Amino acid sequence: MSTLEIEKTQAQDEFIINVGPQHPSTHGVLRLILRMKGEFIKDLKPDVGFLHRAIEKIAENRTYAQFMPFTDRIDYCASMPCNLAWVTAVEKLAKIEVPERAQYLRVIMTELNRIASHLIWLGTMSLDLGAFTPFLYAFRERERILDLFEMTCGQRLTYNYMRIGGVSQEPPQEFYPKCKEFTQYFRKKVDDYEALLTYNPIFLSRTKDVAILPIDVGLNYGASGPTLRASGHDWDLRKIHPYSSYDKFDFKAPLGTKGDVWDRYIVRIQEMRQCCNIVDQAVEGLPEGPIKAKVPAVFKPKGEVFARIEAPRGEMGYYIIADGTTKPYRVKIRTASFAHVQLLKYLAVDWKIADLVAIFGSLDIVLPEVDR
Amino acid sequence: MTLELKGLLDWVYTIVSGIVASLGLPEIIRDVALMLLVIAALIGFLMIMALFLIWWERKVSAHIQDRLGPMMTGWHGWIQTVADALKLLQKEDIVVGTADRKVHFWAPVVVFTACLAAFAVIPFGKGLIPTDINIGILYIFAITSFTVISLLMAGWGSNNKFALLGGMRTAAQIISYEVPLTLSVMGVILMAGTLSMVGFVESQGPYFWKWYIWPQLAGFAIYITAATAELNRTPFDLPEAEQELVAGFNIEYSGMKFAMFFLAEFLNMFMVAAVATTLFLGGWQPPLPGLAFVPSYIWFLGKSLFLVFVIMWFKWTYPRLRVDHLMGFAWKVLLPLAFLNIFLTALGVYIF
Repeated sequence: MSTLEIEKTQAQDEFIINVGPQHPSTHGVLRLILRMKGEFIKDLKPDVGFLHRAIEKIAENRTYAQFMPFTDRIDYCASMPCNLAWVTAVEKLAKIEVPERAQYLRVIMTELNRIASHLIWLGTMSLDLGAFTPFLYAFRERERILDLFEMTCGQRLTYNYMRIGGVSQEPPQEFYPKCKEFTQYFRKKVDDYEALLTYNPIFLSRTKDVAILPIDVGLNYGASGPTLRASGHDWDLRKIHPYSSYDKFDFKAPLGTKGDVWDRYIVRIQEMRQCCNIVDQAVEGLPEGPIKAKVPAVFKPKGEVFARIEAPRGEMGYYIIADGTTKPYRVKIRTASFAHVQLLKYLAVDWKIADLVAIFGSLDIVLPEVDR
Repeated sequence: MTLELKGLLDWVYTIVSGIVASLGLPEIIRDVALMLLVIAALIGFLMIMALFLIWWERKVSAHIQDRLGPMMTGWHGWIQTVADALKLLQKEDIVVGTADRKVHFWAPVVVFTACLAAFAVIPFGKGLIPTDINIGILYIFAITSFTVISLLMAGWGSNNKFALLGGMRTAAQIISYEVPLTLSVMGVILMAGTLSMVGFVESQGPYFWKWYIWPQLAGFAIYITAATAELNRTPFDLPEAEQELVAGFNIEYSGMKFAMFFLAEFLNMFMVAAVATTLFLGGWQPPLPGLAFVPSYIWFLGKSLFLVFVIMWFKWTYPRLRVDHLMGFAWKVLLPLAFLNIFLTALGVYIF
């Protein structure tokens, strides 16, 4: 895409600036072409694709189990949910029953990863708003989660932990007390973040009533997850279409009231607390039993399936067409960030360039998830 | 009072005038020689101060953020900024092809010169003032206004859209905040009845309850807020808002030119704190007469560095304001408050 398209509409007193692909607040390699009138954004065009790795095409040349490590790389801030979405889809396709213990372990890992992912979001969003310190606080706590993951599967970023029919290995015994210790410690830390940001007058003036997203617009653009819940739409797949025994846990899906930047912030903050509740319940109620179902080494499913889960950024789904061989015929990955990038234009036009970074931060976009 | 530097100054004066007299040179040579010595000493002190402040900022931010900061070079990394300065000195000076070369070159020079010149009237200690002119505070406000020109020059000369946005933001911001900044010290001027920096210090005296911060608390608060904005530091660091404008006005600067902006920023911070110390915190006076055994310049540096620490503390705690809120804050909040402060002070001075 060239800048020409956007230049055509340029008026006399307007100018074009390029934000990215190398820019401190694009969280990766996103290029935004802005038509500016002074400090105001008059038009915006996201230019995606800098991180395209053809993951969907790679899936066609790998067996179902072999594709698992690639799902880690779709959203490196939240690899566990990506794993989970893939195994959920394949299990639905091959009609595999997963042991309950494995389901619980999946929930623990996914929720811990949701906290880790939200911590990255919190850090980068506060950084975008000019507050440097919460960034380092968030990474300090994330470190503990990564230690827990390292203990479980030896990896800190791309876990490749789940297997079709279960999980790869049992966490060590000291994992469970460490896990509980973490949730207790982390609840206090969330209070710290809130003390630094939530009702800070500067933070409020930057986020309250900025870039309101009405529910219907959000639905039309395909928004999901915390971004849509911040507008007040009660749509959480963990509640509505429970998978991996989420129906056995008692938790709330926090809702916002009007969908401004502040609502998107507070929904995620509250979600982190809810994640702690889920992890606690799962650790306490962890059933005994096998961690992996008996899955044939080679299986050749046939049919079409779409399975989706609630990833930290919104709905993540895999659409698989299987033609009865060991490899999928076609895989389509639905990621939340891709839908949210489209929202940028709706939200940011007529706001200032300073608001653009706040809006961008509040949408929690991860670029590899956009480009895949 | 053996620790005071006045004896040393007298000694230097005697030596220099002795040499000049023995060579049979006119008196003007003596004055020029003394002046050059003072300037050299001042610049030497300020350079060390700037390097120290950069190291200190890194340490303060690190400890606020639960990390250690530079630790490897020297004790707690104290020599790190020297190493960084040496590295910047060796860097190639890059000027973009489309830049306005003259403007681009002079911008850091102007900002640095203005910053150094402002220190000419700061009373660092008892008898330790480069020159005590009777309109000291006016001189400081006049000289520091140069900053806006130089930053605008940097933004314009770079011929970069981000730099220009940063430069324009700076111009708007500094000019707006200059008004409440100047008005905030008016209360002190009314109470002291002088414009001379030494006059302010001497009218406060060595009793901490007599310092102007107590009757002028509002003025002090306005001064610190507006000064933080003048310094382009968080929460008012919009001109160089990294997440919006990448680096603002200094985006196209590298090597020593960048270092000059950087050093000037830190020296300005010290300057602002020094002026606040002089006006509101009794300058080099100790808080109680009994504490006068500690040399006056130590008191001055201690108070100034504490204020510098407060400004750093702001930076590592608050998010950044938005352009329109920033302007609204200056004109709708700070300015009326400053006027109210002047009015009440004038009333008080008239009654008592």
